[in-house]
Amino acid sequence: MLKIENLHASIDGKSILNGLTLEIPAGEIHAVMGPNGSGKSTLSYVLAGREGYEVTEGSVTFGDIDLLAMEPEERAVAGVFLAFQAPVELPGVGNANFLRTALNAVRRAKGEAEIDAIQFLKLARARMKVLNMPDDMLKRPVNVGFSGGEKKRNEMLQMALLSPKLALLDETDSGLDIDALKLVSDTVNSLRGPDFSALVITHYQRLLNHIVPDRVHVLSAGRIIKSGGPELAQELEASGYGAIQAAAA
Amino acid sequence: MTAVSSTGPAAFLGRHEGLRGRLPGAALPWVEALRDRSAAAFRAQGFPTRRVEAWKYTDLAVVNASVFGEPLTGVDDALALPAATNPRAVFIDGRFRADLSTLDGLAYAVENLATALPQLESRLGALVRPEEQALAALNGMLFEDGLVVTVPDGVEAGVLELVSYATESERAPAFHPRHLVRLGANASLTLVETAAGPATARYMHNPVFEIEVAEGGRMNHGRLQQEGRDAFFLSTVYARVQEGGTYDNFTLNAGSRLARNEIHVALCGPKAECHMNGVQLLADGQHADTTTALDHAAPNCSSRQTYKTVLSGKSRGVFQGKILVRQIAQKTDGYQMNQALLLSPDAEIDSKPQLEIYADDVKCSHGATVGELDAEQIFFLRSRGIPLEQAKAILVEAFLTEAVEAVADEAIRDALSGAVTGWWQRQGIQGGIEVA
Ligand SMILES: Nc1ncnc2c1ncn2[C@@H]1O[C@H](COP(=O)(O)OP(=O)(O)OP(=O)(O)O)[C@@H](O)[C@H]1O
Ligand SMILES: [Mg+2]
Repeated sequence: MLKIENLHASIDGKSILNGLTLEIPAGEIHAVMGPNGSGKSTLSYVLAGREGYEVTEGSVTFGDIDLLAMEPEERAVAGVFLAFQAPVELPGVGNANFLRTALNAVRRAKGEAEIDAIQFLKLARARMKVLNMPDDMLKRPVNVGFSGGEKKRNEMLQMALLSPKLALLDETDSGLDIDALKLVSDTVNSLRGPDFSALVITHYQRLLNHIVPDRVHVLSAGRIIKSGGPELAQELEASGYGAIQAAAA
Repeated sequence: MTAVSSTGPAAFLGRHEGLRGRLPGAALPWVEALRDRSAAAFRAQGFPTRRVEAWKYTDLAVVNASVFGEPLTGVDDALALPAATNPRAVFIDGRFRADLSTLDGLAYAVENLATALPQLESRLGALVRPEEQALAALNGMLFEDGLVVTVPDGVEAGVLELVSYATESERAPAFHPRHLVRLGANASLTLVETAAGPATARYMHNPVFEIEVAEGGRMNHGRLQQEGRDAFFLSTVYARVQEGGTYDNFTLNAGSRLARNEIHVALCGPKAECHMNGVQLLADGQHADTTTALDHAAPNCSSRQTYKTVLSGKSRGVFQGKILVRQIAQKTDGYQMNQALLLSPDAEIDSKPQLEIYADDVKCSHGATVGELDAEQIFFLRSRGIPLEQAKAILVEAFLTEAVEAVADEAIRDALSGAVTGWWQRQGIQGGIEVA
């Protein structure tokens, strides 16, 4: 599904990703862990197509398409979804209107029928129920005044509505209370299937008890320095990054 | 014989001399006196240059250098106006057209100024000081017609539309309508004004409004300025509000090559209120100026102003807002916000707030911001599948939301949303937010 080979990327002349190689087969969920500043968010931004990053070497293919050649909206239409580490606030843009606009933009681009306002509300309310989000969050401006956990849930609502093929979850668990962590995990797990892959960036093993990954990778200084099964996360939780970084050096 | 200048103040003064005896009210000495006083004031001021403080950012040199003609009389072209859903008064090139207007069965009086003139001695010019505003002086010298609305005490008049349209004319007409509105005690009126004209016609529309709101009266004044792109729109509004009355003004400045939207409001009785909001949407080559002057002349009054300007291409926007709080006006609550969004590096905005406060127990604040579209927000929208142009449109709409939502009157809000969408489409931008 996703194949990243020898990816080098820099921003403002500073090299952040330094030869990153990672492959996520269709239907698998991979976790990426790593110290602050190691390049995890950068990786997710480069994959989603944010401007400002210069890819100096390497390639990213999604299915059989060259992801790096596409505009961000084209990637979204192709099925890439980024749940932001720090979700963006849009004052003056109603959440429901935003969600419907996004959903229909993707549907239109795929040649599918647009969803009318009534259908949309039904769909959104059903998804919100699963995430235990109150209805009034549809009326409020996108993420404005939302608590940290509410913003993360709103990201998951977007993901559930757009049903992507590849979800990039950048620390979606941080800021969530214990119950919300469970609800968010349920939403991710509900999308699981042969056509859904995810790259789950997290600092905590706890999330991975709920979303059990097929593989765990350790990112350090812009490269994957170790990969393993779910037990690798437990190992990290117990002993930190030091030993692995030392071994890789 | 001296040659008559074809441009500038001399041309207009010459026109006044030439038409003396033929302009409406020529037989009425008080009208003659008003025109003469206005002419003297205009002769003294001419078209203000940028050395005049109030005109620091708006240059009328291009107006001064243009040749204007008289509007044609007896133009009879059928105008494709949409069917009227509300009572409507239509003016073509500044002249009332009964045949195009629908004003039957109203519970209040709507007349045209040229006809009603003999009865207007106490009203016409009551709020205007031509010595202080050159364009109002020009208007006072050459006005021919206008709308006269009189709403009796306690009458809720509902919506009245004022449509002003310019015709395609080789003559580059200049017209100077004078509109008078008077609301009795506890009366109310929503006036929705549309000013428009052919896309390419050169003309000058120089209206002056005199609006009086008595005790407890409520006036909503919505204005959609969508003049043709080669037009000059020079508008001055004077409003006076008595105790417990409200004057609300919303102006959309979207058309014309050069627009001046000048509004003077005097809050003359306790607990009077004024809300002034506006949106300026400017494309390449346009200049729009909103200048407000709020006179807090009584205690316990409040005023709110929110103006938003969106600038693209090589356009220029101006906002000047003066709040005067007189010594008697204790417990004044005044607020003014002015924000601009620059969509192009060639656009320019000038902003001059001015507070003049002589009372000690007042709450007055103002603010101004200038910004560009936020790259992070654009990326966020695009990452959700929304194309770049649509993402921009959504963010501009969001920027305007605050000013639009502050409009209490539904009829005005709807007209405005339609006009904003239309503006986008003319910029070649399709589709903003979808409503769920
Ligand atoms: N515009 C920029 N200019 C210079 N350095 C930058 C810029 N943007 C990001 N960086 C740096 O890139 C590095 C990687 O940042 P990134 O956000 O990808 O880290 P992360 O692994 O997601 O960290 P965290 O766990 O704290 O979220 C950091 O050192 C950061 O300071
Ligand atoms: Mg990060």
